[in-house]
Amino acid sequence: MENFTILHNGSGPVALHSIPCTDYAPFHARVAGRLAAGCHCAHYFAIPGAGDTLIVFAVLLDDTAHTVLVSAASVDPETAVPSLTALYPAMHPFERDIAETTGLRYTDMPWDKPLRLAHDRADRTRTVDNYPFYSIEGEALHEVNVGPIHAGIIEPGAFRFICNGERVLHLEIALGYQHRGVEKLMTATGNRLRQAMLAEAIAGDSSVAHGRAFAAAIEQLGDAPASNAPALERTIALEMERVAMHLADTGALCGDIGYQLGQVACEALRTVTINTTQRWCGNRFGKGLVRPAGTWYPLTPEIVELIRHNMTDVKRRYGEVSANLHATPSVLARFEDCGRLDPAQAASIGAVGMAARASGLARDLRASHPADAYPELGHTPVTEEAGDVMARLNIRCREVAQSIDHILALLHEASDGGTAPPAPDLERPLMPSALAVGLAEGWRGEVCHVALTDATGRIAHYKIKDPSLHNWLALALAVRGEGISDFPICNKSFNLSYCGHDL
Amino acid sequence: MEGIISLTLLVFLALLMPGVVNRTRAVMAGRRGVRFFQHLHNVGTLLQKGAVYSPSAGFIFRAAPAVCLGATFTALLLLPFGTHGALLSFNGDVVLFAYLLALGRAALILAAMETGSSFEGMGAAREALYGALAEPALLLTAGTLALVTGQTSFARIFASAGSLPPQMLIVMGLILYVAIKLIIVETGRIPVDDPRTHLELTMVHEVMVLDYCGADLALLHVAEWLKAAALATLAANAVASAFAFNPLTVLALALAQAAAIGVVESLQARNKLARNATYILTITALAFVVFMLAYVLQQNITIG
Repeated sequence: MENFTILHNGSGPVALHSIPCTDYAPFHARVAGRLAAGCHCAHYFAIPGAGDTLIVFAVLLDDTAHTVLVSAASVDPETAVPSLTALYPAMHPFERDIAETTGLRYTDMPWDKPLRLAHDRADRTRTVDNYPFYSIEGEALHEVNVGPIHAGIIEPGAFRFICNGERVLHLEIALGYQHRGVEKLMTATGNRLRQAMLAEAIAGDSSVAHGRAFAAAIEQLGDAPASNAPALERTIALEMERVAMHLADTGALCGDIGYQLGQVACEALRTVTINTTQRWCGNRFGKGLVRPAGTWYPLTPEIVELIRHNMTDVKRRYGEVSANLHATPSVLARFEDCGRLDPAQAASIGAVGMAARASGLARDLRASHPADAYPELGHTPVTEEAGDVMARLNIRCREVAQSIDHILALLHEASDGGTAPPAPDLERPLMPSALAVGLAEGWRGEVCHVALTDATGRIAHYKIKDPSLHNWLALALAVRGEGISDFPICNKSFNLSYCGHDL
Repeated sequence: MEGIISLTLLVFLALLMPGVVNRTRAVMAGRRGVRFFQHLHNVGTLLQKGAVYSPSAGFIFRAAPAVCLGATFTALLLLPFGTHGALLSFNGDVVLFAYLLALGRAALILAAMETGSSFEGMGAAREALYGALAEPALLLTAGTLALVTGQTSFARIFASAGSLPPQMLIVMGLILYVAIKLIIVETGRIPVDDPRTHLELTMVHEVMVLDYCGADLALLHVAEWLKAAALATLAANAVASAFAFNPLTVLALALAQAAAIGVVESLQARNKLARNATYILTITALAFVVFMLAYVLQQNITIG
């Protein structure tokens, strides 16, 4: 495994000069080799190097060896290079991003199209108006375009269906309507608190997960003592976020099929959960809870008791809802055998998180790259085999129970006492010319942040990956062959983030 | 005079029914719910708003709400309400009733096609299919009533139903069941359609009215209420005529149907869209069985 820097999750920053940096051809070969050996790509991006060159970094995760592999290559942007996407479709969004932001050309890119249409993209002639949508000619076929502006309170994204009557043959999802420039904003300020708040705003429904990944990267670069990290608080917060979102999605799935009973029950339970978080840290989505090297919200005995009481109640009541859903024929008729993503597809597109686990792919950073309190919890990923909407619902039902068990176990530990974690350290200087990888398993899947510092210890580049980046293609594949009217429940069963994609 | 009373009662029922459905749903969900006449306030607001028309929409689109409301309202004139006779009545008015409802539907389908929206085209195709499948059920039900009474006008059918042999109550009960299912199909309720959804791709009726706003939308809402009331009254008359034919019983039975719809909507999920065709055909099949049962009972055919 030469030419890779091997890290363990949270094992510290790497000096940039120590990362093997070769020409593109050997880099291409070794990344392809690791992907063939079963690693998956957590991040792959390009930054400007010396002169006019680009440096591409690949961050790969090896789930069996529990390691993080980092490698780099120097590329001349004037020369077209072979793509990894041609071999591994999972690399598609990353290479689209690289091509779009740097102008790097690929000789054999199977489907070259914009990803986010960022303001500072290399080719300004590519716009929303000339987006190269796939089309099929045919008398019997028709195209249905949904969005980018949708009914309801959701974010912008264009869905182009090619249908034969009611049956979907093909769905193409075009995102990139938000242009938030989050990665740029992270480097525009040196204020650590502002950066932490930005990280929490990457995807509002995963603020704890993104906050955790940010804190992990910053703590490594700042060489903060591991004992300062409030492991219990962070793990409980992350699991409560998972519980809240799984409840919300169960309710939303019921709402989309017009099943009022399930919808109102889940909405009530979600409110209990997020209000508990609010009592703890003042924000329903856990914003402000996770900060580098400490926390302002340690678990006090009152908070421990509140969470224990409410989570025990939620577990019992959600168990009843789940039993009801599984015993209602009209609900099962909608969810079963609908929107199937088979395990081979999930693996080839690099699906992550609960969507991957619903298709039998046991991909879970809490087990493969555990941090915080996860090593002692001995987390076992919940998996389902069917890969349909029902499987994704089952994952939610089972993960809520599992997460609450984790929370209760950790609360038990927290009530044993111990030293309260310190207040966050927002002033700690960062190691110059270094790279750190922050990982967290959010409710949707793996979140990966990569921070690179310059020679003065400022964050020069901050690269973010939300799990949605991998999984949007999973949705497009899952609806193939389904009735177009079943698209909303397929979509909701994945519940992917638009803003997590449109950084 | 009799006819005016019937019509007033029908309109009164039409205004009550959405409130009963909403309240039932709210109670089933453990909520207080919106105020009972919220739907009237909504329509009042809509009536004060102007309209925006798509550039591709022509006169059909503009005329459709009026045609739809007019056709449905005319259908109401044919219905008696308990012992109060109908405003309009002649032999064969049952057929006119069915086709007035179909006229309203046809106007809306054409209007939806005219907007040129891909959603509305899909909705129109679905509505046309469901309409075609549900029509036999309505005609068979009307036919059953005509068969057992020997009359072909609603007013006379119900007037003479009081003298029917008591076993015909079974037939009337089944007609009530078929009618509730027909209301669900015709007015786009769960499990066939979901009037509350915001998901265009799953809509049937709602997507066809997506381009309407203001007063046009208000007319369509009112037409929808009238249609539900007409079908509910039809079934309520049929049942009431067999045991207690008075306006109060009819009103109570019609509101009970609204409550039944609210209960179904609370406890059941929507059908997969592809299953709706089977669901509606089952109603037609049931209507046919009721027709045959009525025939068997009327002829006093004994089995075995």
